[in-house]
Amino acid sequence: MEQLTWTGALSGYIDPALLVLMISLVAFIVAQIALSFVTAPGAVSTNPDGTLNITRGPQEFAGVGIKIAFTGIVLCLLGYIILGVVMPYGSTGIVGAIAKQFLPVWIALIVTYVLSITFKRRLGLYGKLFDSPIGMIGFGLVMFWVFTAVLGGPLDLIVTHDELSQVSGLKNKTPGMAVPGASEMIPGAHYLLGGDTLARDVFSRVVKGAWVVVQIAPLATIFAFMVGITLGLPAGYYGGKLDTFLSFLANLILAFPVILLFYLLVTPEIVATGLPNFMALVLFLFPLIFVAVLIQSRFYTEPAKRTRIMAAWMIPMIIVYLMIVSQKGTVINILPQALDRFDIPGGILVVFVSVVFVNSPTVFRIVRGLTLDIKTRDYVAAAQTRGEGPWYIMLWEILPNARGPLIVDFCLRIGYTTILLGTLGFFGLGLPPESPDWGSTINEGRKLLSIYLHPALPPALSLLSLVLGLNLLADGLREESLKD
Amino acid sequence: MGLFILRRLGVMILTALCLTFIVFFLTNLFPNLEKLAKNQANNRMSDADVVTWLGNRGYMDPLPLKYGQWLGVVPGYVIEGTDGTTRARCASPQQAVEDAPTFCGILQGEWGNSTVFKDRVGDIVSTRLGLTGKLMFFVMLLMVPGALLLGVLAGMREGSRTDRTLSTFSIATTATPEYVSGVIFIAIFASSAVGLKWFKGTATSAMDDATFNNFFLPVLTIALYGMGYIARMTRASMTEVMTAQYIRTARLKGVSFPNIVMKHALRNALIAPFTVIMLQFPWLLNGVVIVETLFNYKGFGWVLVQAAGNNDIELLLGVSVVSVIVVLVTQLISDIGYVFLNPRIRIS
Repeated sequence: MEQLTWTGALSGYIDPALLVLMISLVAFIVAQIALSFVTAPGAVSTNPDGTLNITRGPQEFAGVGIKIAFTGIVLCLLGYIILGVVMPYGSTGIVGAIAKQFLPVWIALIVTYVLSITFKRRLGLYGKLFDSPIGMIGFGLVMFWVFTAVLGGPLDLIVTHDELSQVSGLKNKTPGMAVPGASEMIPGAHYLLGGDTLARDVFSRVVKGAWVVVQIAPLATIFAFMVGITLGLPAGYYGGKLDTFLSFLANLILAFPVILLFYLLVTPEIVATGLPNFMALVLFLFPLIFVAVLIQSRFYTEPAKRTRIMAAWMIPMIIVYLMIVSQKGTVINILPQALDRFDIPGGILVVFVSVVFVNSPTVFRIVRGLTLDIKTRDYVAAAQTRGEGPWYIMLWEILPNARGPLIVDFCLRIGYTTILLGTLGFFGLGLPPESPDWGSTINEGRKLLSIYLHPALPPALSLLSLVLGLNLLADGLREESLKD
Repeated sequence: MGLFILRRLGVMILTALCLTFIVFFLTNLFPNLEKLAKNQANNRMSDADVVTWLGNRGYMDPLPLKYGQWLGVVPGYVIEGTDGTTRARCASPQQAVEDAPTFCGILQGEWGNSTVFKDRVGDIVSTRLGLTGKLMFFVMLLMVPGALLLGVLAGMREGSRTDRTLSTFSIATTATPEYVSGVIFIAIFASSAVGLKWFKGTATSAMDDATFNNFFLPVLTIALYGMGYIARMTRASMTEVMTAQYIRTARLKGVSFPNIVMKHALRNALIAPFTVIMLQFPWLLNGVVIVETLFNYKGFGWVLVQAAGNNDIELLLGVSVVSVIVVLVTQLISDIGYVFLNPRIRIS
């Protein structure tokens, strides 16, 4: 069977149109920026009957050009996707076949957007996100990868091949190469994005790699936030010696070059000493402390209710904590085997712990700064006069009022964590070498980069688009939360 | 001011001591020492042999003692080994044990010897640092003016098309880590398969003789990642200044827009980016490690990877001392610079 071309039957129609539109978009943008220095913007004049007149200068015409070209590009891309999904497999080339594979993701995205936009007035800050185009684009990119990860990872919907199996004869083959022995034009008959140095399917590995990233990055960020908040609030609120000490520790970790720290923490020799397990023991304790203090400070006046809520939350959390911390075959093996229901694979635990460790000092500094600012407000003074305890004020007065900047930073930090995970993979640290995560794949692909581009480029572009999406999302959220 | 700098220096030294102790502790954990012994002597040593080998070379001393020796406040070890030879920490290979000085730590200027490169750590670090200095110089040359230009252009008319285009560009660069942009640049500009073949994909030859052809891609890769962040900070500071009262006054009295930007706004808008540029150094260090690995440029970052990958204790300590000092000194400069640049703080 022959090799697929990039766009198949569409190459005569959409490709040239897209090329022209892209060139004209760039030309219009450059023209408009250049014109904004030279010519004056169009003036608005009021007519005697109260209507407004806008004189259009060359700048405005360039602006109209940008809009038309941009809409055209979006239409072309939609055309690729829709035609790719509708037309039979293979007839629209690699792009169409990939669009077809992503069909569940498109459906999920459309459902999310339709539901969110319909009910956006009732959804608070999340709903407001759909008022900002930047936020919508960012959210779209992020959700695309989240859906890809969930549907392609555990559900196996999108991938065409197993991410580890090797097909002989496809080593380093270019995108669209047919699998030897495949006779029918069905999904799986081609390596859509080519094969890597071990003859594995690049496309399937990128999709599976998304699952690794989506599993670790948000969770690690949440843990870093728990640690940062639990330590940053008292440091900012009490000040004094505690603040000096904690700030010193935070600056100590921040002064470390991140890569040196990773090399020191993630090498197999250090893992053998059980150091990461001890760090996990400490770091994973913070969510427990956080929730316990949260409940205690709110309900300590009603002991019966407090005990009920505390038990409902803490017992499952403690069980999960023990199951996570206790690892078979390492230094910390507290729970008996029968009770230890699941183990995080060693590599992932180490990566997780070190990413949390690197991120939490920055969160600490942000929370401390916000607390210093907010504790001078009147509502904090009012709570103090009411006789509320310090932890109630920190967790139920200061923290909710610091949420805006924290949510924005949370989005940015997931992106940063993704970059850190990639860095770990790039240096071959932590995760097993055959792991499909994007950093490791880039690392493998870069060795032959000057000859074969296709193994390294797809994971690099995926990582780029996910982090870009998170940054745009954070920007949209910041814009919308500032409007209040 | 003097007291402030003294206090900061004190904190700096304390931080440096703590950090080196952590590195010392982590590199001296037994599995690491075992790997070192097997690398150095014989890969198939028995556990008992490993312990004797390490004991003869002073590795089995208590940790604080070893750290003191490395620092130069505790006399270097002189051990009569089980194999009959007497080894002293401070004796150089040809020197007799008796002639060796008592103290030899970094306080005496002795950085020790690298086990991987078989050379003195001081020499390795200084030559590699020179190479990285060259890289950083060009990065700064490209990054700082580029970022300031982007930020000022975007910030002088908030909300305009120029602003949005340039802001999107800076967001895109901050979202592109070096290992992604480096790979993309190599693919576009250096690949022998489909690329434009304008530049070289490795910078090994740039170590002796840097040309535009072999040095531009690594410089661009590092500069681009830092550029977006600095540009965003400059933009934020510029938009804040442009809404200030004195800018409005200048407009009302009829000063032309370019004059307002150049003479009135720019100076005040550049205070914040200065601190940001200084605080970018630790991140640049990260970028240096990635880019030097990617482009095979054997500078400081490359040495860090080699030292860390092979548990070369003294080299790793030397590398971390240098990088920690770089980070702390830039923090100090940014604090002092902020005070000097800001007339409101300087005069009061």
